[in-house]
Amino acid sequence: MKHALQAMKAIVLRELFKFGRQYGRLASAVVRPLLWLAVFAAGFRNVFGVAIVEPYDTYISYDVYIAPGLIGMVLLFNGMQSSLAMVYDREMGLMRLLLTAPLPRPWILLCKLTATAVLSLAQAAAFVAVAAALGTVLPVWGPQTPHVLLAAVGAALMLGALGLLLSVHIKQLENFAGTMNFVIFPMYFMSTALYPLWKLQESGAEWVYQIARFNPFTHAVEWMRFAMYGKDPGLSPWIVLGTLALCFALASWGYDPQRGFGALSKRPGAPA
Amino acid sequence: MLRIDSLTKRYGSRAALQGLSVTLDAGTLVVLLGPNGAGKSTLFQVLTGLFVADEGEVQVQGLSLRTQATQALRHIGVVFQQMSLDLDLSVRRNLQFHADLHGLPAAVTRERMEAGCAALGIAADLGRAVRELSGGNRRKVELVRALLHRPALLLMDEPTVGLDPKSRRDLMAAIRADITARGTTVLWATHLVEEAEGADRVLVLHRGRLLADGPPAAVTAALGGATLEAAFIHATQAAPDKATA
Repeated sequence: MKHALQAMKAIVLRELFKFGRQYGRLASAVVRPLLWLAVFAAGFRNVFGVAIVEPYDTYISYDVYIAPGLIGMVLLFNGMQSSLAMVYDREMGLMRLLLTAPLPRPWILLCKLTATAVLSLAQAAAFVAVAAALGTVLPVWGPQTPHVLLAAVGAALMLGALGLLLSVHIKQLENFAGTMNFVIFPMYFMSTALYPLWKLQESGAEWVYQIARFNPFTHAVEWMRFAMYGKDPGLSPWIVLGTLALCFALASWGYDPQRGFGALSKRPGAPA
Repeated sequence: MLRIDSLTKRYGSRAALQGLSVTLDAGTLVVLLGPNGAGKSTLFQVLTGLFVADEGEVQVQGLSLRTQATQALRHIGVVFQQMSLDLDLSVRRNLQFHADLHGLPAAVTRERMEAGCAALGIAADLGRAVRELSGGNRRKVELVRALLHRPALLLMDEPTVGLDPKSRRDLMAAIRADITARGTTVLWATHLVEEAEGADRVLVLHRGRLLADGPPAAVTAALGGATLEAAFIHATQAAPDKATA
């Protein structure tokens, strides 16, 4: 157990150390959602009226509505970027070092997932602080803090696990553009990050509404949103945790050389 | 030490390894000689648990790679054909990372790291980023790393590719020193015949099958040539029928 924890610490610290040297990555992680907050929310403040809807007790401004979704965006981007980092490590041969370590594969993947989640949460915290400085104060402090933290950890792990799963199938760094177009954008736009579900239904976009209802990202955002206001998030935590378990199990399967369905174990001469 | 029994690995209809059986004893330098595409890298992928063989069995120190992979990997050190160092990290951090993956205590790691780097003449580079090192010194760092957890079996997959003659000689000397000091078994894959001439034993692999196995002189005689190089070229160019027979 000591060995396993030592390995986890090493993997997490390595990711933190590397991230600490990538100033551009930290800047873009904060600037991207801030642009949405400062520009998009300002522009659409009067277009998208958000009526009183759970978990809010009163009318809220649009920037307050989209802020939990923007935290989700930070977690989503970093989760997907972790898949990019895995592909990069694979191309550079570093993944071999990890996969030949005397540790069970699922544990190695859990270490990577933990590292991703820690980085995601650090970036989300930076965003919350900068958003507050710009005037969008989110109710993250108070008796609800443990629940908010739990929701954010659950969301970060779920999106990190999705990134792990994608890394099984992404063979080259260039394929990340596909991830942007086919995973990040659909997941983000077809969710409650930018507009509440009832708005989608009211506008007649029935199929978008149905996709958004079942989109796990919707439930990650709603879990954080409800946790901030001390309200019951309903089934959202279970959907997030279920998706996390499913993605992690599939990723573990994909990285298992005895059973993997991914390209890892099938390509001649492929870097692992 | 290492026992490979009837190992077969296919990629679709193409067999990269065909019923390979070899046993390696402790404290020997065994060179796996084969032309490009002979199956050397595939064999290494199987021996390191990155690939699983379709048939056959591999045991390291009596531990099956199929059913006891985690325990077996504790006894294996690897220098991959492709450089596998993190260029952004220092030599010390790269080595520490490996030591942590193998659960080594901090004091042991520090001592072995310093001794290993000193033995290979790269002690002054411990604090430098790997990116700043020459190709030869990067390989030395990889060797120090591969030996950090004191493996019984060291796998080296074409480790001298891109190195100058001095770096090659240094690397070979370091390997010999480790075999003498600790009795490590080294399996060194290469397609360069001169690297096989100083080996204790040579395995000639071609199209996934063993063409010859024995000391360099015996292999030369068995394959029929005046020199090992001539014998190797003759055998691997003339062996298609032999290899698939």
